[in-house]
Amino acid sequence: MKIITITLRVSIVFMLLCGVLYNLAVTGVSQAVMPFQANGSLIKNEQGELVGSKLIGQAFTDPGYFHGRISSIEYNGAGSGSPNYAPSNPDMLSRVKESMEQWKAENPQVPVEEVPMDLLANSGSGLDPHISPESARVQIPRIEKETGIAASELSHMIERHTEGREFGVLGEPRVNVLELNLELQQARAQS
Amino acid sequence: MTTMAWISVALLLLIACLLARPTGHYIAHAFSNERTGLDRWFGPLENLIYRLCGIRQENQSWKQYAMSVVLSNTLMILIVYTIFRIQGMLPLNPSGVASMEPSLAFNTAISFMTNTNLQHYSGETGLSYLSQMIGIVFMMFVAPASLLSVAIAFIRGLAGKPLGNFFVDLVRGITRILLPIAFVAALVFVALGVPQTLEPTAVVKTVEGATQEIARGPVGSFLAIKELGNNGGGFFGVNSAHPFENPGAISNMLQMLLMLLLPTSLPFTYGIMVGNKKQGRVLFVSMAMMFLLFLGISIASEQAGNPALHALGVNQMQGSMEGKEVRFGLAQSAMYSVVTTASETGAVNNMHDTLTPLGGLITIANMMLNTVFGGVGAGFLNVLMYAMIAVFLSGLMVGRTPEFLGKKIEGREMKLIAVTMLIHPFLILIPTAIALFTNADTISNAGFHGLTQVMYEYTSSAANNGSGFEGLGDATSFWNLTTGIVMYLGRFCSVITMLAVAGSLAAKKPVPETSGTFRTDNALFAGVFLVAVLIVGALTFFPALVLGPIAEQLTLLS
Repeated sequence: MKIITITLRVSIVFMLLCGVLYNLAVTGVSQAVMPFQANGSLIKNEQGELVGSKLIGQAFTDPGYFHGRISSIEYNGAGSGSPNYAPSNPDMLSRVKESMEQWKAENPQVPVEEVPMDLLANSGSGLDPHISPESARVQIPRIEKETGIAASELSHMIERHTEGREFGVLGEPRVNVLELNLELQQARAQS
Repeated sequence: MTTMAWISVALLLLIACLLARPTGHYIAHAFSNERTGLDRWFGPLENLIYRLCGIRQENQSWKQYAMSVVLSNTLMILIVYTIFRIQGMLPLNPSGVASMEPSLAFNTAISFMTNTNLQHYSGETGLSYLSQMIGIVFMMFVAPASLLSVAIAFIRGLAGKPLGNFFVDLVRGITRILLPIAFVAALVFVALGVPQTLEPTAVVKTVEGATQEIARGPVGSFLAIKELGNNGGGFFGVNSAHPFENPGAISNMLQMLLMLLLPTSLPFTYGIMVGNKKQGRVLFVSMAMMFLLFLGISIASEQAGNPALHALGVNQMQGSMEGKEVRFGLAQSAMYSVVTTASETGAVNNMHDTLTPLGGLITIANMMLNTVFGGVGAGFLNVLMYAMIAVFLSGLMVGRTPEFLGKKIEGREMKLIAVTMLIHPFLILIPTAIALFTNADTISNAGFHGLTQVMYEYTSSAANNGSGFEGLGDATSFWNLTTGIVMYLGRFCSVITMLAVAGSLAAKKPVPETSGTFRTDNALFAGVFLVAVLIVGALTFFPALVLGPIAEQLTLLS
């Protein structure tokens, strides 16, 4: 009996301490000190409208933009998820074949063997904001043809938006697709 | 894979090793019966909690201690179950989330109280803010603190001391260890880009003109205790693969270090508390060797890519990228998978269902052995269990009564240990067989992989890990109920049996060490320990693994 009453009291105390106070304390400090990150790293365009989050990928289907990774949820940021295909799953193999065919149709200049796998594979979250720098470069010929922006300029753009490994060793070099396309959007508007 | 990736592997291990010793010392200090400097810092808060809760600082027998753990944890399951069932009518529910149905509430309450964090509900829509805060986060603190307390009590028993008082240990575990570290870690995560807000979903207009809703919330505080307490439940559906729950390689590294922090520290805590630091180190090194072996296999397999995609002519220079995120790449993903299953956390930064068969095998093997560090407290109890099995086997070979820390291991202890050892495979293999007969239609990836999917679910439940091969259609009452029961038994059966062992050992008179005593703090013992773990594991699970991942790998090659 004693254990039961102690447990009830312990539960209430820790629901308040860990459940409420801890959460509110972290929220308070974060909002005061680093509101940009705490609110989801949202970015605005020059008109001051919210165009997305630096950390959350967006769907790009226009051939005149750099495309991100395959997302079975079509970059629905209200949720997250992937189809969880096993390496032996026939549906996964046919999806890859389809993507390869689509690549050949949209990018006749670049052989599909040169396309890194990140462009042909579903990301883990369905919201991956990045592609590898090589995956951005193989899209240059298509975008040059669609927009008329010179390949060299596109290549510089990619370089500007390539983030290296953290501390030089952690993770992989990558390109933020949304930030890259925001610059491309401005360039397209000028040309 | 590039040299950089190997350097990052070395870096993780180096930092984890450097942190383990001082943290181990700190834990021993925090749970010490003597007055320490820490009392000055934490004393006022703790005394207030003791007063509010009516906790008396008196020693318990092993039966009282075990009773306190099981009864209090079960009661907390009931309380949180009730909150989930009526969350629709309670305050702090701005999105109007409905109350949970009974089998799902049963599963979720057990899942978080057993430190498993298997999630059959959807992170974004299944719980109200109130349920998240006073249900989930509350349990994420209390569950790891409970088994940390049991491990400490067990070690006290081995050292021949009184076991202590469960509620005092529980309070200290939270106030001295979990809460301060989690608070600091949460702020670091926010600085790295993890959201921490009570604002609702953001709505933006995308570059191509569509509308995108972006879910967010108080993620940072949730994430810190999720990793530190080896909980592993995700704020978002895809867990730490979500860019908000793991924005880059630094946050990824920090998460792995937090997962490893307490499990790698406990051998050192043990060494200090039983007065044999060398033995603590021997256990640490043995586990680290298994960890390295598994990590190597996993990275090699993921790097080799999927043979079926090679056949299509896909460029797999990056390794297998299906279900992985670009910012982590291959090395940080494979490392995370091995760390999360070794530490029984269950957080994922890539989808385990999409791992290459051998990469998947490593994750499941970690959970089957449940001794490659293991979760807070629970894992170390398992390690000590295997250490005693190793001593017993050696004793049989030389024909002497085995001794561990100067205490004779006799029939009563070995029976309890044998029962503890057998519960784990029983909880995995029997339900797997039942599910394959009755619920094979919930498998999403047919063939040999389907067997692995089902087996993974129960292995993860029994080992209180909580990750999943998430393709499995597990949101049905069959899965909710069976995994709920497996998680509960997987957690509390061994608490009772192992505390009984501790109680029995504590009552024994130490035998003096002679030249004939089998030493348990040298390389020979490490070898016997490793062989015991691997042989017992292989004998128990190898046939099932052959039918699952190994068969799948062979079919991919052909």
